[in-house]
Amino acid sequence: MEKDFWITDQPIEINDVVEKVVRPEAGAINTFIGTVREFTKGKRTLYLEYQAYAAMAEKKLEEIGQEISEKWGDAKTAIAHRTGRLDISDIAVVIAVSTPHRKDSFEASRYAIERIKEIVPIWKKEHWEDGTLWIGDQKETKSYEENRPAKEEIIND
Amino acid sequence: MIDVLFFAELQETVGQEKVSLQVEGITVKDLKTKWLAEYELDNIESAMVAINEEYAEEDAVIASGDVVAFIPPVSGG
Repeated sequence: MEKDFWITDQPIEINDVVEKVVRPEAGAINTFIGTVREFTKGKRTLYLEYQAYAAMAEKKLEEIGQEISEKWGDAKTAIAHRTGRLDISDIAVVIAVSTPHRKDSFEASRYAIERIKEIVPIWKKEHWEDGTLWIGDQKETKSYEENRPAKEEIIND
Repeated sequence: MIDVLFFAELQETVGQEKVSLQVEGITVKDLKTKWLAEYELDNIESAMVAINEEYAEEDAVIASGDVVAFIPPVSGG
């Protein structure tokens, strides 16, 4: 894998992401692993299906890496997100951030997952026991809520 | 000619990932209200628009060869 930010329809090897950010300047590598949850508010998920606008998604993931470098200075970020059918406990996303000191790596890793949920064109479809739904917001209450990126985010793009 | 991409629920409603249209010089708003009206995409107003993989506004003008994508509220992670 040559890229530091990628979309894949294959299972993500955590170490493939982590090794992207290993470097002598780092004193900390923080890793976030997003997995498929079985129960959300009592409702049982059978499996998820992720779809991405892959070319644009990889660009937006890379932008998140650039934002992190601007905010935390000496930080290196790598992110992989999976698409296709994912079963319970499968890994959907892996984020790794290395920084000289631990505090920045924790904060930057958190920032990355929050930004993914705002600007990266990836969608998940819930397959429940009693139906399916493309989830349109992260509250998982209803789909297609008015939930656009803020105007400044569009301009910054 | 332009290519229009659909994702998630919009893709299921349209029934295909991509529609090619013989137009140029129209705005995103024109595309939605005139050229895509036949698909009756009730949720298209909640979608963001990207032109050539960058988010764009309603009044952006689409040129020949552009790829326009409708991006429903995202739910990755």
